[in-house]
Amino acid sequence: MATKLKPVDIAIVGMGWAGGIIAKELASTGLKIVAFERGGPRATNPDFMSPQVHDELRYSRRHELIQNLRKETLTFRNDPSQQGLPMRQLGSFLPGEGVGGAGTHWSGLHWRWTEWEHKMYSGTVAKYGKAIVPQDMNLQDWPIGYHDLEPYYDKFERVCGTSGKAGNLQGQKIDGGNIFEAPRAREFPNPPLTQAHNMVLFEKAARNLGYHPFPVPASNASRPYVNPDGVALGQCHYCGFCTAFGCEANAKASAHFTVIPLAYKNPNFEARTNSYVMKVNLDSRGKRAVSVTYLDAGGREFEQPADLVILAAYVFGNVHLMLHSKIGKPYDFKRNTGVVGRNYAYQSMGGVGALFSKDTYFNPFMGSGALGTWIDDFNSDNPDFGKLGFIGGGGISTGSNSGAPIGRHPAAPGSPRWGAGWKKAIVESYHRMTGVGSQGSVMSYRQNFLDLDPTYTDSFGRPMLRLTFDWQENEFRQLEHARGICENIAREMGAEQVLSRRERGRYSIVPYQTTHNTGGAIFGDDPRTSALNKHLQSWDVSNVFVVGSSAFPQNAGRNPTGPVGALAYRLADTLKDQYLKRPEAMVAV
Amino acid sequence: MSKPDDTNGKTVSRRGLLKLVGAGAATGVLPLAASAAEDSMQGMHHAAPKPATPAEDLPPVYEFFNGDEAAFIESVVDTFIPKDDVGPGALELGVAIFIDRQLNSGYGRGDRMYLQGPFIEGTPEQGYQLRMTPAELIRAGIIDLNAYLRIKYKSTFDGLSAQDRIAVLTQLESREIELPTVPKEVFFNLLYDLTMQGYFADPLYGGNKGKASWKMIGFPGIGGMYADKIEAYRNRKYMTDPMSIQDLL
Repeated sequence: MATKLKPVDIAIVGMGWAGGIIAKELASTGLKIVAFERGGPRATNPDFMSPQVHDELRYSRRHELIQNLRKETLTFRNDPSQQGLPMRQLGSFLPGEGVGGAGTHWSGLHWRWTEWEHKMYSGTVAKYGKAIVPQDMNLQDWPIGYHDLEPYYDKFERVCGTSGKAGNLQGQKIDGGNIFEAPRAREFPNPPLTQAHNMVLFEKAARNLGYHPFPVPASNASRPYVNPDGVALGQCHYCGFCTAFGCEANAKASAHFTVIPLAYKNPNFEARTNSYVMKVNLDSRGKRAVSVTYLDAGGREFEQPADLVILAAYVFGNVHLMLHSKIGKPYDFKRNTGVVGRNYAYQSMGGVGALFSKDTYFNPFMGSGALGTWIDDFNSDNPDFGKLGFIGGGGISTGSNSGAPIGRHPAAPGSPRWGAGWKKAIVESYHRMTGVGSQGSVMSYRQNFLDLDPTYTDSFGRPMLRLTFDWQENEFRQLEHARGICENIAREMGAEQVLSRRERGRYSIVPYQTTHNTGGAIFGDDPRTSALNKHLQSWDVSNVFVVGSSAFPQNAGRNPTGPVGALAYRLADTLKDQYLKRPEAMVAV
Repeated sequence: MSKPDDTNGKTVSRRGLLKLVGAGAATGVLPLAASAAEDSMQGMHHAAPKPATPAEDLPPVYEFFNGDEAAFIESVVDTFIPKDDVGPGALELGVAIFIDRQLNSGYGRGDRMYLQGPFIEGTPEQGYQLRMTPAELIRAGIIDLNAYLRIKYKSTFDGLSAQDRIAVLTQLESREIELPTVPKEVFFNLLYDLTMQGYFADPLYGGNKGKASWKMIGFPGIGGMYADKIEAYRNRKYMTDPMSIQDLL
């Protein structure tokens, strides 16, 4: 039996960027807030100290900061004719665990999405007509536009000390920045990071080809920085241990040392770590959340009554909790009705390898997670969808992120994978191999969705979440188009050999691809096609809000953390300025 | 529990970090943001020091493998990465010891894997669906492969000639050998991955002795601070004597 605890005002599930931002911003309300985190407490000291944190085996191979599948995982199948089977080992994506969430081990690519990326349906139809949208594609707009989010994008960049160069300042296009970005009110808080050799070559090549290269906006601080909350960020060391690792220099922005310690200062805030939220409990009518049930580290069950519940877990956690708690109608792909689990999307990663001449030194170990040079010329709605036969696009880039050798010991094609000749091949390639990558948007489809698995249960006895996902023709075409561009750039950079391969296989859960999962609890203007209203409030249970990339109706060809943070800041304002003045009412437009 | 510790410099000591920063500090790089907000317990944490009792320098002992298993693994890693004039072999770098330690660890025991049934063979896209931990899989695979080899070659793997070892691993990789309990490709891939990990991981796990693989490929170790070098060394060779975690403690 669960021990029933004294009621609190607000329960937050998840302590990554989204939960951390909400927890910090709501301190001023004076309300009693409890935040739950399935993993342990994390602080730079003692958790991310050098030299121990520069341990490739521990963090990058054994996944110290990632979800423990023994406790909780999901099942996967490519299509509804198959049986979903459990993801028993980590692979395709790496959801975070512990205070700071995936924000402790992210790379730091910190984007604002473009205007079209917030209105993919209407923006596409206005240009190409309705016929361009395939029958099975659930293409939908965000219920808010870029301009609604601009102040929150700005705020989040300030908090993170994002390093970059504006390409569109209040409508004025600036060469050297991203001229395709939506207008920003002001310049980035920090100047761009220093380019590595491959990036210099990429920039020159892209310009030669008539494209518009710019530095990737990076929440890896290019100089010492104090953010508007008074939190200091150190200057990035370019140490090459960033993605998958915590940052000992506090140069890579993370909730665990920015917003969350500020939430801790609020005497009305309490964090319960190593606490797994099992379920949101509803009243007898199923219309109001009354409490959350959770297990502490010792497996003891507690019921925490709360007036307001914010789900701020990773995509899968948010959708799983909604389905398991019966918040909103589950999606039925056969009829294309119901909303929870609808519009799951991902990203398609492509590109080419590029081997340069023998005297080349890229020094791949000098770098940071988000150190890169990028073009958006074929991203967002910049490609001609009508001519190319797909909707969406991809960012194309090169970067210098890690030289750690378990993960990086490339060899020229045709070289042996082991035995005689293998060592010679990797020694010859280590310094002169680089790549040009593409990060493609993925649209949402009827047949790609999340629901509860009928067979498998997690270690707590709950039905697992089931992921049904496969690549669709639209995405293959985008990937193939981007590959051609990547090849041209690699050749223009001067590569001796371009390693390029057509990819058309089914989606596999096995190799790592990207931790940019989206959808399943999307927001919109129509309760028939969205789980949440434009304020991230459940249409069905009005004292539940759900924040994260689970709200995105489909995925763009760039990283999701920027809009996740912006949405969290906007939600905090919505709660303070509107919801909490009339609790439990649907927030007015 | 953390408690204030004001003795012998072990407190919060950013010793390791400051040592690591070296050049960074001189170029105005902040080693650690002095974020007052970060943690009110800041003054009460311990840097992870060297263990209080230094390990004695005795020859290593296999913790997990029995004699047959050790002989098998030693000859496999030696076949994957033999010593040659380019660089050291996996055996001399301690990769067999590395694999032994890994299989005896939480990882080897599957402590972060989902291992509940039902166990159903899925598609390749659905990934690993066996009930075996990595340790169980390696153990069963060794028995499987040696049983096959006893019939075909009248010898276990470690008794084969170098040429035959190469032939057998090549056949295993190209899926020409059927094993009764362990899927051949899963067994091969795990042996391969563990060998590569042991060859390239930080020496603290027992492999990559003397950071020899890092020296061989030109990876300058884990302590680099490159804010003042990334531009200066564009398209220029950069190498120092690589530092490992233990070097920097």
